[in-house]
Amino acid sequence: MVYSFPEEVLEYVFAFLSSDKDRNAVSLVCKSWYEIERWCRRRVFIGNCYAVSPQIMIRRFPEVRAVKIKGKPHFADFNLVPERWGAYVYPWISAMARSYPWLEEIKLKRMVVTDESLELISKSFKNFKVLSLSSCEGFTTDGLSSIAANCRNLRELDLRESEVEDLSGHWLSHFPDNFTSLVSLNMSCLGSEVSFSALERLISRCPNLKTLWLNRAVPVEKLASLLRRAPQLVEFGTGACSTEIRTDIFSNLVEAFSGCKHLKSLSGFWDVVPAYLPAMYSVCSRITKLNLSYATVQSPDLVELISQCSNLKCLWVLDYIEDAGLKALSSYCKDLQELRVFPSDPYSAEPNVSLTEQGLVTVSAGCPKLQSVLYFCRQMSNAALIAIARNRPNLIRFRLCIIEPQAPDYLTLEPLDTGFGAIVEHCKELRRLSLSGLLTDRVFEYIGTHAKKLEMLSLAFAGDSDLGLHHVLSGCESLRKLEIRDCPFGDRALLANAAKLETMRSLWMSSCSVSYGACKLLGQKMPNLNVEVIDERGPPDSRPESISVEKLYVYRTVAGPRADKPDFVWTMDEDGALRFS
Amino acid sequence: MSPESETSGGLKTELTLGLPGELQVQKSGIKRGFCEVVDLKLVNNSKSESQPSSKTQVVGWPPVRSYMKNLVRNCKYVKVAVDGAPYLRKIDLEIHSSYQDLLTGMGDLFTCLTICNVLNERKLMDSANGEEYVPTYEDKDGDWMLVGDVPWKMFVESCKRVRLMKSSEAIGLGAAAPSTPSKGSSTGC
Repeated sequence: MVYSFPEEVLEYVFAFLSSDKDRNAVSLVCKSWYEIERWCRRRVFIGNCYAVSPQIMIRRFPEVRAVKIKGKPHFADFNLVPERWGAYVYPWISAMARSYPWLEEIKLKRMVVTDESLELISKSFKNFKVLSLSSCEGFTTDGLSSIAANCRNLRELDLRESEVEDLSGHWLSHFPDNFTSLVSLNMSCLGSEVSFSALERLISRCPNLKTLWLNRAVPVEKLASLLRRAPQLVEFGTGACSTEIRTDIFSNLVEAFSGCKHLKSLSGFWDVVPAYLPAMYSVCSRITKLNLSYATVQSPDLVELISQCSNLKCLWVLDYIEDAGLKALSSYCKDLQELRVFPSDPYSAEPNVSLTEQGLVTVSAGCPKLQSVLYFCRQMSNAALIAIARNRPNLIRFRLCIIEPQAPDYLTLEPLDTGFGAIVEHCKELRRLSLSGLLTDRVFEYIGTHAKKLEMLSLAFAGDSDLGLHHVLSGCESLRKLEIRDCPFGDRALLANAAKLETMRSLWMSSCSVSYGACKLLGQKMPNLNVEVIDERGPPDSRPESISVEKLYVYRTVAGPRADKPDFVWTMDEDGALRFS
Repeated sequence: MSPESETSGGLKTELTLGLPGELQVQKSGIKRGFCEVVDLKLVNNSKSESQPSSKTQVVGWPPVRSYMKNLVRNCKYVKVAVDGAPYLRKIDLEIHSSYQDLLTGMGDLFTCLTICNVLNERKLMDSANGEEYVPTYEDKDGDWMLVGDVPWKMFVESCKRVRLMKSSEAIGLGAAAPSTPSKGSSTGC
């Protein structure tokens, strides 16, 4: 006798599985589990919009309620991916409009979104709740008007770090008077002023509003009025705080903040006049996340604020904090998990602040829970890196940017191989690593040997030869994303590890030494990879095969070569012949 | 993997894929290729005589997002397109003080172009093919104008993007640019 659970029971059990990994594992058990699971999968994450097509997604998962899609490679953040490269969301929206009428959530990162797409979203999904556009571009405030006007059940509108063509602030006024469902609004990337009274009224009628990130155009003297209408806020981002300080503005602000008993996260502070910072002291003890990366204030003022935030878990700050400020941080904020220090003047040749490797060493010693670091500085030593590694073996993300390319250990003038080697050796759970400074192939040997959990690696101006790349590709078992610029890596390592590329999401190489001939060969041999050559100099065929390509982007895909390539991208295909867009 | 010989590319021969014939493994060269993009902020001969001159750097380094760049001072990035070149570039108008300065900057950005001042007209020339380019821009009203006709500050304020148009196509600019819808109210020629 064969016992099996009825479908409804299995479906009920599967509903408790939220992780994609678990659901994918369940799908592989047997055909009937595959069938049951695919009908009840509600959330889909697509790490690379070109790895799969909307049709394939819809065919397998017919009842999806939430999608998250990522487009351009990470280096697009630094202008390395040319305009018009791709990552258009419209085909996805159009397909989902037909097949997912009950779609509730769309989250996009580094994609090109047009007003047309936004309008289609606003009209196609009756129960639409969440729109998150992170580092996207291609739309204007007119598109936002459609969303505001038509999405009656909208809960979240998050535009973080997107490039929006700001035609006017009028879009906000398109939320109807009976619209009350807003929970989260992030408009910090917008330039134009929105109607302040419309904003006030919107906030007043949305009792569930928990997150509000204003844009720069909202002046500090207007904040108190907004906060009084939303004392339930958990996350708040101010606008510019540059108005000359006045007693009435200040005391209003103090009173308004003291009414916010649930505030956990603060951001904004563009051009903040330091005298405003004490207005927030009443909430500091509850603050767990503080983003001061737009606050151009000096270390003593920063320290005053931070010293009150005993529960701080996450701090983003400019290098104005200096080593002294980081020392204070390490003594006041024992719960700190994440630290990001950004450069105030990244392009000047000389340091403008007293921030060195010492600051990071101190924090690594004083903050036992520190696991995630992004640090820009102008000098580093192997000794410091070794100390950090020994202090903090629990590091998960370590991104170090020494501003001068190929800067050696400033004490010994040696490469920083041993320092980073210590990081990967001690920090066994390390998932993300960005290297900088003077580095030879040796550091890659350490990485290949030790960094077994590493998922993402970013390299620039590093290494001596193909051996470096070979160590990484052959040793890093968990590697998913590899991005490389200006390194002397060429054909041999790439071709020798071609199969590895199918186990990864993507590989980016620009200004390296990979020849066009090797790209063709790779495309020929690996039908499950799209090998895209990006070159401004015209068709690669018009140059000798041994000439290096400018940029190379390789990613695994089940969707075949894409049909929307611009005229400076070529996909190397199985025939070894070029495919023109 | 045990380290191989000192020569570059000394990998084991059992590797399954390889190119026919020997390969030259090139040493790292930071500068490479046609029109290597130079971040214009660094090629800055106008302002800041007091601080040491910034070195020429490459695009995207240090890896700072563009919205973080304009913290310490004002910044106005506009896109620059060149007829016939597939890539767009961005320049920061705020770091230039005059039209001549801007032209110099564009000449540095597109290294194949040199400035030629012909009869008070500002042009850029591609020495490789002799093609002449005239700088034009789209203003706040969406009109395409010749660069240089309004006071510098007014230009910085109203410029939305720049296009280096081939001289031959720029004839008659003022009534309408060839590829944009005609706007009868344009001035500027």
